[in-house]
Amino acid sequence: MMIGGRSNAAAARRGRPWTFYALGGLFGLFLLFLYGPMLVIYLLSFQGPNGGVTFPMVGASLVWFEDIVKPGQMANIPVAFGRSIALASVISLLTAAISVAAGLGFRRRFPGSGVLFYLAVASLVMPSLLVGFGIGLGFKALGLPPSLFTSALGAQLTWTLPFGMFAMFAVVNRFNRAYEEAANDLGASPWQRLRHVTLPILLPGIIGVAMGAFTLSYDEYARTTLVIGQRNTLPIEIYALISSATSPTLFAIGTVTTAVSFLIIGLTLWRIFHMQARRAAGAPQP
Amino acid sequence: MTSLPQAVAALPRWRRLALPARRWPPWVASWMQVGPLAFVLIVLFALPTVLFVVVSFWDYDRTGIYPAFILDNYRDLLTTPATIRVYVSSLSFAVIVWAITLFFGFNIAQFLIFHVRSAAVRTVFFLLCAIPFWTSGIIRTIAWIPFLGRNGAFNQIVMGLHLTSKPLDFLLFSNFAVIVTYVNLFTLLMVGPIANSMAKIDPELIEAARDAGASRWRVLVEIIIPLSKTGIALGSVLVFTQVMGDFFVVKQMSGGQSASIVSALATEISAMQYPPAAASAVVLVLFVAVLVAGMMRIVDVRKELVK
Repeated sequence: MMIGGRSNAAAARRGRPWTFYALGGLFGLFLLFLYGPMLVIYLLSFQGPNGGVTFPMVGASLVWFEDIVKPGQMANIPVAFGRSIALASVISLLTAAISVAAGLGFRRRFPGSGVLFYLAVASLVMPSLLVGFGIGLGFKALGLPPSLFTSALGAQLTWTLPFGMFAMFAVVNRFNRAYEEAANDLGASPWQRLRHVTLPILLPGIIGVAMGAFTLSYDEYARTTLVIGQRNTLPIEIYALISSATSPTLFAIGTVTTAVSFLIIGLTLWRIFHMQARRAAGAPQP
Repeated sequence: MTSLPQAVAALPRWRRLALPARRWPPWVASWMQVGPLAFVLIVLFALPTVLFVVVSFWDYDRTGIYPAFILDNYRDLLTTPATIRVYVSSLSFAVIVWAITLFFGFNIAQFLIFHVRSAAVRTVFFLLCAIPFWTSGIIRTIAWIPFLGRNGAFNQIVMGLHLTSKPLDFLLFSNFAVIVTYVNLFTLLMVGPIANSMAKIDPELIEAARDAGASRWRVLVEIIIPLSKTGIALGSVLVFTQVMGDFFVVKQMSGGQSASIVSALATEISAMQYPPAAASAVVLVLFVAVLVAGMMRIVDVRKELVK
């Protein structure tokens, strides 16, 4: 920390290099590129009742938001939203638990570790629709009906688990094993060591993995679509809407989704910062 | 927090449970930890993959599919000119998008890691990059329609600035729109792994090189790029496979001029023609596998990640 501070100070004396401004400008452009279309859809979701999916705005209203919850064509949106949240919650818990265990397990080489690693890589890079296709064929062969918490859950895990595993590698790499050795020396059992030393230290990383898995699941379309069965999740419902109707309702859904995401992310970040602040306060001062 | 007496009370019980484990070789503990992951990957990924490989050799007609060992599905697929066309078009999209996302991703990661000095500002910048990704990819794809359309925001701005007198038509429902959407959707996949690699580079190393008289360019070429190649490889694999496996961007943004490999395959699946769809899937998987294996050869991703 000291050393980093000193070299930063040295850099500060020299002033910002030209590359700083060039790359900063590029980053600014990228943000514009990222947010431009998003801002357009946030704006258009407040389109007047007679307006369409493109500019110009014809007045301003909230009718498209009402449309989401109104019974009728869009009646499925709130229900599908509920299903997506439920599925994403289960996925995020499972992914966190399984990837933490795997992240710890991969710290030493074991027979088959290479095969398992490349299996995870393969699962990550497999074109998404094909995973759903294979699982769908399997369910058909076994005579099982595809559904939300069986086939769809499974299809999404093949996507969130490799991500969770890679994220946990990064978290576990930063973990100082001296803490575990200290726990051993003090007579902790493997379980106590895990429960009271390893997991609490890794917790911010674990929350990050859970949060990432939630996002991946909530937004998943290609792996889920062939194995969802009768009751759709939100992305699949949205996809069906694109082909049937074009109205600013879609944009209203986007605006609401973003608002909900902000809320979830905000709460999670607040928890992590809170946790870190408490730790910093509790840590002995040098 | 568990109180001390509780912890002490728990001690003998767990000791008893833990004792036999001492006699097991260490890999048993590892396998117990990775067991759930292995189970999910084998049952839900490996077996279904084997299944569609098997089905790709099956026979089918209008009423059903039949176990067989025929190569007709592959012959039909590989002798159709449309197959070659769609692979060439997907591959060229992948290469173009890869080059653009690599340029943006590398430079953004470089900016965030080496140029932003405050950790709080860096976190905020990372979040700014990530926030749009919490909106559905489908909605972010169609968000480009009102932005790029004839009366869209971009044309209004360009005309407002008198850069052009009539709206630009090539912006929407074209290859241009497809590439813009891909870059928008996938750049973060490049930023993440590269930034992760760069964050591991010791700033002292760069400082030492600068003190020894290295130019910024030499620092970039001889320190930063070699040390971030794991991230570059990982990001490239992710972007490449996402584009090759794309399902709706091409369909939605090209205005029906071109299909993607997977959307052609999805059409066959919805027509219940599973064996030809499976053959097409096998060819795509082999294609992607060769590409990924090629990239992984350049860098030993495993050695870099699991230390």
